[in-house]
Amino acid sequence: MPGKLKVKIVAGRHLPVMDRASDLTDAFVEVKFGNTTFKTDVYPKSLNPQWNSEWFKFEVDDEDLQDEPLQITVLDHDTYSANDAIGKVYIDIDPLLYSEAATVISGWFPIYDTIHGIRGEINVVVKVDLFNDLNRFRQSSCGVKFFCTTSIPKCYRAVVIHGFVEELVVNEDPEYQWIDRIRTPRASNEARQRLISLMSGELQRKIGLKVLEMRGNAVVGYLQCFDLEGESGLVVRAIGTVCTLDKISNTAFLPACNSPSKEMKESPLVHPPSHGCRSTHNSPIHTASGSRLTQNFSLSVPTLIYTGMGSGSAGKEGGPFKALLRQQTQTALEQREFPFFTLTAFPPGFLVHVGGVVSARSVKLLDRIHNPDEPETRDAWWAEIRQEIKSHAKALGCHAVVGYSESTSICEEVCILSASGTAAVLNPRFLQDGTMEGCLEQRIEETSPPGCGFFHIPYDELNMPFPAHLTYCYNCRKQKVPDVLFTTIDLPAEAMVIGKGCLIQARLCRLKKKAQAEANATSISNLLPFMEYEVHTQLMNKLKLKGMNALFGLRIQITVGENMLMGLASATGVYLTALPTPGGIQIAGKTPNDGAYEQHVSHMQKKINDTIAKNKELYEINPPEIPEEIIGSPFPEPRQRSRLLRSQSESSDEVMELDLSHGKKDAFVLEIDDTDAMEDVHSLLTDVPPPPGFYSCNTEIMPGINNWTSDIQMFTSVRVSRLSNINLTNQTLNKNFNDLCENLLKSLYFKLRSMIPCCLCHVNFTVALPEDEVIQITVTAVAITFDKNQALQTSKVPAEKTLQRASTDNEEQLQFPLELCSDPLVSQPFSPAKEVLENAGSHTGIPAAQRATSVDYSSFADRCNSWIELIKLKAQTIRRGSIKTTASLDKASPLAEGHLRHRSVPSCTNSTVSVVKMTPLSFIPGAKITKYLGIINMFFIRETTSLREEGGVSGFLHAFIAEVFAMVRAHVAALGGNAVVSYIMKQCVFMENPNKNQAQCLINVSGDAVIVVRESELEMVPVQPSAAVSQPASAGDVTT
Amino acid sequence: MTNDLDIFVGNTTLIDEEVYQLWLDGYSVSDAVSLRLRSGILEQTGATVDVLQSDTMDHYRTFHMLERLLHTPSKLIHQLHFQIPPSRQAMLIERYYAFDEAFVREVLGKKLSKGTKKDLDDVSTKTSITLKSCRRQFDNFKRVFKVVEEMRGSLVENIQQHFLLSDRLARDYAAIVFFANSRFETGKKKLQFLTFEDFAYCAEQMIQNWTLGAVDSNVDDMDVDLDKEFLQELKELKVLIADKDLLDLHKSLVCTSLRGKISVYNEMEANFKNLSRALVNMASKLIHTKDVRDFFIDLVEKFIEPCKSDKWTLNDVRLFLTQYTTSAHNLDAFRHQALWDRYMSTIKSCLLKMYHD
Repeated sequence: MPGKLKVKIVAGRHLPVMDRASDLTDAFVEVKFGNTTFKTDVYPKSLNPQWNSEWFKFEVDDEDLQDEPLQITVLDHDTYSANDAIGKVYIDIDPLLYSEAATVISGWFPIYDTIHGIRGEINVVVKVDLFNDLNRFRQSSCGVKFFCTTSIPKCYRAVVIHGFVEELVVNEDPEYQWIDRIRTPRASNEARQRLISLMSGELQRKIGLKVLEMRGNAVVGYLQCFDLEGESGLVVRAIGTVCTLDKISNTAFLPACNSPSKEMKESPLVHPPSHGCRSTHNSPIHTASGSRLTQNFSLSVPTLIYTGMGSGSAGKEGGPFKALLRQQTQTALEQREFPFFTLTAFPPGFLVHVGGVVSARSVKLLDRIHNPDEPETRDAWWAEIRQEIKSHAKALGCHAVVGYSESTSICEEVCILSASGTAAVLNPRFLQDGTMEGCLEQRIEETSPPGCGFFHIPYDELNMPFPAHLTYCYNCRKQKVPDVLFTTIDLPAEAMVIGKGCLIQARLCRLKKKAQAEANATSISNLLPFMEYEVHTQLMNKLKLKGMNALFGLRIQITVGENMLMGLASATGVYLTALPTPGGIQIAGKTPNDGAYEQHVSHMQKKINDTIAKNKELYEINPPEIPEEIIGSPFPEPRQRSRLLRSQSESSDEVMELDLSHGKKDAFVLEIDDTDAMEDVHSLLTDVPPPPGFYSCNTEIMPGINNWTSDIQMFTSVRVSRLSNINLTNQTLNKNFNDLCENLLKSLYFKLRSMIPCCLCHVNFTVALPEDEVIQITVTAVAITFDKNQALQTSKVPAEKTLQRASTDNEEQLQFPLELCSDPLVSQPFSPAKEVLENAGSHTGIPAAQRATSVDYSSFADRCNSWIELIKLKAQTIRRGSIKTTASLDKASPLAEGHLRHRSVPSCTNSTVSVVKMTPLSFIPGAKITKYLGIINMFFIRETTSLREEGGVSGFLHAFIAEVFAMVRAHVAALGGNAVVSYIMKQCVFMENPNKNQAQCLINVSGDAVIVVRESELEMVPVQPSAAVSQPASAGDVTT
Repeated sequence: MTNDLDIFVGNTTLIDEEVYQLWLDGYSVSDAVSLRLRSGILEQTGATVDVLQSDTMDHYRTFHMLERLLHTPSKLIHQLHFQIPPSRQAMLIERYYAFDEAFVREVLGKKLSKGTKKDLDDVSTKTSITLKSCRRQFDNFKRVFKVVEEMRGSLVENIQQHFLLSDRLARDYAAIVFFANSRFETGKKKLQFLTFEDFAYCAEQMIQNWTLGAVDSNVDDMDVDLDKEFLQELKELKVLIADKDLLDLHKSLVCTSLRGKISVYNEMEANFKNLSRALVNMASKLIHTKDVRDFFIDLVEKFIEPCKSDKWTLNDVRLFLTQYTTSAHNLDAFRHQALWDRYMSTIKSCLLKMYHD
């Protein structure tokens, strides 16, 4: 199916001076797609050229449209010598290939050069005319939507969640080709950027084909990663969850009407999820694609991109190459055997039970063979791991794995492959073709009491896979629950939680001898289980120290370096009401006769007890605790007694019994038998809580806070630390690593102090060991200010949540897609009920109004071109704005002062550059996503040979990361968007050679480009009483 | 363990106004850190010195990267590299172009050349403003001067349009450009009592009345250069002092109307001829560049100082100058009324501004 790509080059601005004599530039532009190149005229002697070119038209296959990026090169014309390149812009035209997303890409793009960074901007317009595809045997998969978001995107609803999809593509890394010795660093970098862009395009297309074959129309939780394997090549791999999504339109009431019938017709087989979640019949599409690919293999040339289709290995004894021997049909069948979901948040009713975290790792030696006939190696590796994960899940009595992710860590020729997820039992109805209504009905029958069902154990109590203390659920008292629960998913919106959550990290280093090849791999594999164990212990200790009983969003990263292994686990701890109250930590000394020692132990014990008490207060964990009181808990809270009676009075006998069942046994005993353990205890206590007004978590939402303002700041912070002493021990290493992380966090708190009260959400740490004794930590997170007045909530929250949840459920049943849509932020909604209960005051009204103002102005500014006008406006608005600010401050409470000031300022003036918000979360607080414009997946390389001149490594990387943000924003703005959600920096590989004054950095980022509209602008739900409050206020503010 | 690399990059560029001021004031990172320490920020936030150091470094790096853009503020507004809310952009620009009173008094009226720049270390020692800050301020003057020097249209508007400054700051820059162009002497000891604001006011008056722009709004350099034709014509005023009768008549007119109203009548009467001569002589000599440069010295030496020594009050000066100007209209033999007004109105405004009680 051909398509027509049309490109117009409008103008450039702020170009660099390329001709020193005239201080000007004679710029022209080359537009390249595939093998076709067009050129504009030379616009002589200007730094702000106006090309206003004709429409350059490329007639291409949609396969190419998906794979190839549009490449725009700006050059300086030189009559006598070769033209000098100023820089390039790569535009991924994928968002133009499906009808619902963007229709045109138009805007200013930074012109990027891998050596000089951003050098001016260029204005480009891109359009695509697609002809309808009637060919079923096609290679392209235009129309399949991709989302990085790991939940059902906000303006869609899931008709069917089909399941796991994966693919990988390998190639030689241009950096390691022989030609790299003779070409310039720029040419090499550009070759790499282009190749990766091409590979990810191809990968996405292939995933798309699988999606179509699975009868889905979208991939949610799409995670694409690069493995830079050095000499052995470059791997681009992706996983995701295939779904059939329906757009929720605000006007149409029958969104699910056409698709179910079609689905039913085409895929009549219904498969229980335990046997995979896809139909087993082989589609013609698949065979076609498979065979053609096989043909390609034999024709391969070194630069050919190939792929492995056989990614499943059945049975535990299935060798890694077994897949090779299988027929296409079987392979296709096997592939479906992974009931994995990359989602971390789910539609209500989807999760039935959660078992716990399952993970698998394997150490592999990267082979140096570039044999394109053996593409299955990497596939087989992953298949093995997935198989292991699956069997772990089975052992937990679960048939599915949710919150699933995969990662690698490579050092020289050793590679650690990791996969982890949360074993779960899912509601089968969601996985089948059918409408949502059916399953909702079923769910209501099934999950007895809302808010605790998923914490009930899915496995057989008598046949437990691991030792655990089970108790009756503290919520419903019918089912058994574990004493502690670890998961990789986000906290379900309907889960009942007491108090707030907090970021919990376990940090660990282990020295390892330098070794080669197999010996190295063996020593690493020997170390791994110990590391896992210690990480787990640390997490458990810290969780207890916080007085909490569950971890969400757990992510354990093991990084391999030349002479050490690093483990970093991050998770968000919470107190689930359904789970028992965690016992304290008891310290036991080994040498009881030593008096001084005893004293020391008891001193430590006291410190720990104090910390727990302090933490409970800090995170507002005050659960109903009668049983604890009876047995003489160290932290009695008589105040809570009355509240407790509300829920538990009728079953006091049971309570007694329950209590005895865990009681003393539950206390976690730490034995201090050697210095190691001593260190552990000390390190437990060194974690400093965030300063007042700060909270942090690594999940999407912070339990206990649900009154976000729209003041958000996404940031990336990088630290590289060199370990100074040569005689490193595990202890010093641990301490160094711990300090590094703690200091980084402290720095973040300090930097963001103007946003207090504030929560750091989705805190994502990545550790790398680029060299011996060098640790690199990269953190990306978003700081969101919340309204403290509303934050004063206690345990009322869960009840309300369920209440409101229930109301939404009813709406769903009544088929009100409009309502569902108007309350898209299931995770942090401003429910009408809550507004009434907690805030009838005007505190929310004012910020909301100001938010509205700011949007008004910026959108107006887009149209405002005249400079004089702008200046005049500015002079006035600044003055007026400041008066207005003080006025509103007078009204607002002093607590809100910080963010009010912050936010009200930008609302005053105009800007010609549209603001693009970025966040690692799947939503923008205070705003509603109205449209998904497509996936942003960008890869950049930056290199310098004048490191000192650019401000050293910090200056270099600071500028580069700022440039990456700028390029992401420009692409989103050109698509017509104003925000990026689910933003993630997947890779930040930094290498330096200070002696040569050189440095190089590779960054890979992705996210979903969206259009958001402020909730206050929407005012779609007139029933909301707060609307009445904010309306007049906003009217007043807009006039300022 | 040392941190080789330590950065923080926000999607919205984080700007700390305090640190920005320290940076603008030319403090090194370590000086800035110790100054921040003294402000008690650690006690307020519970942070450590390391954190403060890293934070300061980060901000300095950001400012360093922004500086290039601040040189052409319109670039800062249009660029995509740093996402900065418009109000913050305005703040960055305004503060970057702000200058110290002490510094501007040293440089005002000097040629904005390399030579002057070399002497900045003396200025720095004298004013105890860091050399870095002096250089920034000097470069700002020079940059603005270069851009608007040969431009058509209103000086203030041109500055405002190209540098996106507030109205007040743009007016100040207009004065600086005007002074630098005509090289008015402002540094002499006798002029030390005058503030920049005094000079800026005088400059505004002169721009409004004495430049080409005052008569024709569509010429190059209209606000920067004095109207040569006007200066030439000023010679004609000499008749007021050269013609003895005219001078006497003028004196008697002024004396009559001021009798009883001015507190220093006798001194005024005694000094009338000297003062009138001084003012008219200045007018007739303004065609010479040298005398333009000495304009303010002349005003001080020949008018302000004599009045001061006789203890005239500001009100006395105002009354005298008003009468002195209007009485000339009643001199039938004097035919340059328009010219006289154009000259005297500015002189009067300047003198009144410069006459500190």
